[in-house]
Amino acid sequence: MAYSDKVIDHYSNPRNVGTLDKSKKNVGTGLVGAPECGDVMRLQIEVDEATNTITDAKFKTFGCGSAIASSSLATEWLKGKTVDEALAIDNMEIVEELALPPVKIHCSVLAEDAIKSAISDYRVKNGLPALELSHH
Amino acid sequence: MLKLPIYLDNNATTPLDPRVLEAMMPYLTEVFGNAASRNHPFGWAAEEAVDYSREQIAKLINCDPKEIIFTSGATESDNLGIKGVFEMYSQKGNHVITATTEHKAVLDTCKHIEKLGGRVTYLPVNEQGLISLEELEAAMTPQTILVTIMYGNNETGTIQPIREIAKIAHAHGALFMTDGTQAVGKVPVDVIADGIDIMAFTAHKMYGPKGVGALYVRRKNPRVKVTAQMDGGGHERGMRSGTLNVPGIVGLGKACELARLEMEADTARLSAMRDRLERELLTLEESYVNGSREHRLPHVTNISFKYVEGEGLMMGVKDLAVSSGSACTSASLEPSYVLKALGLSDDLAHSSLRFGLSRFTTDEQIDYAINHVKEAVTKLREMSPLWEMFKEGVDLSKIEWAEH
Repeated sequence: MAYSDKVIDHYSNPRNVGTLDKSKKNVGTGLVGAPECGDVMRLQIEVDEATNTITDAKFKTFGCGSAIASSSLATEWLKGKTVDEALAIDNMEIVEELALPPVKIHCSVLAEDAIKSAISDYRVKNGLPALELSHH
Repeated sequence: MLKLPIYLDNNATTPLDPRVLEAMMPYLTEVFGNAASRNHPFGWAAEEAVDYSREQIAKLINCDPKEIIFTSGATESDNLGIKGVFEMYSQKGNHVITATTEHKAVLDTCKHIEKLGGRVTYLPVNEQGLISLEELEAAMTPQTILVTIMYGNNETGTIQPIREIAKIAHAHGALFMTDGTQAVGKVPVDVIADGIDIMAFTAHKMYGPKGVGALYVRRKNPRVKVTAQMDGGGHERGMRSGTLNVPGIVGLGKACELARLEMEADTARLSAMRDRLERELLTLEESYVNGSREHRLPHVTNISFKYVEGEGLMMGVKDLAVSSGSACTSASLEPSYVLKALGLSDDLAHSSLRFGLSRFTTDEQIDYAINHVKEAVTKLREMSPLWEMFKEGVDLSKIEWAEH
């Protein structure tokens, strides 16, 4: 399979690999996918509660190059966004940015799910109702 | 300077040995005759070359030159052997026994004869990749006409107990066929001592050209016949019509000659190199060799790296041409059926790499491969949430994964 230059770049130099302290109230964690499906993504956000802005984002992904690139790109995009702006990220934007082929669209879907799941976790920790997560 | 990528996929195909090419060249140019032309020197020269090749092949596997039927490759040979026996011995029975880890050329041919009214038993294998002789014995019936079990496996290199299998087949009056594609030229295969009645093999797995193979068909004790699957001029004792591929056959013969003369030295060198590669890669935590380490081909190892995803791993080892146990370049994510048959979970099957060494593999290439794989696995694990959870002692099987 031929990967786009951007996928290769994110795979070779992934941004924001790591772990945030999930015991902190202002850190939201999303863990999506399943090992037997070949993709597991964990995406974490740290939110400045005063401004509702995402100040840090980290990921770890078990998956193919496109899955790694999708989550790496997502963390780049998340930083500096408000939580509401982050919620608006659509998987097709990731598909376009990384030029993912049709068989890899599910990687972008998973990244979107991971973002929403992390936001939902943050909301629950802060006394807000969980997001209605649509599982694709 | 080391040339990249490094080719370590020699179970898929091997490069042509320059000595084989040299032997073939005249038959691609001035000696172009048809080996079946009996009336002039062009034909005689071609026939002589074919006869010499037959002798070289016969010496390698300890048979009579007349027992070699030339084909286009191992897939055709497997088809001819299985379908040919099924048709030829239909008066005697319709039952064939094979194993789940066979190559598709055998499995799909067996599926085909099932459609024609044949009955096929697919024996399972243990975690070493070996069939059970007791299960084979129990599967034998008076209708069993053929037992076909591969010599060495293409994915793991596991060598089956060929002699014992042959004895059981013969004790019940069945023929024993083996797909020797990966084994011939790599380990000593002796059709007499091993009790093989029919054997498929090919040139391009032993440094010969693509597009030429052979089927060994025993002529005495017992005299075996297979029904031709290709009608025409009645070449190859009526079992395989079609003008002989003289340059290819010369290449196969030369490859067999070299294999016979150099097998011992190649085996010693390759198994030492393979063992070093394996030993080094097993220093990575949670890495496992697939298949038997005791009964296997000298140049192959198949290793799974847990908590690393297969396709990501293939991308990480881009400087190596290797195979993965995963056919996940499509959306289907089908793990290798051979590794699954050994009892591997899907994720372990996906995260496996098959290394196949050749006569031309160097120590320098192996050094590079060791470092390259170690780096890729380590990097991917640092990026893997599963690895982190494993390191924290989380039982991954207890997690409720959100399917997508």
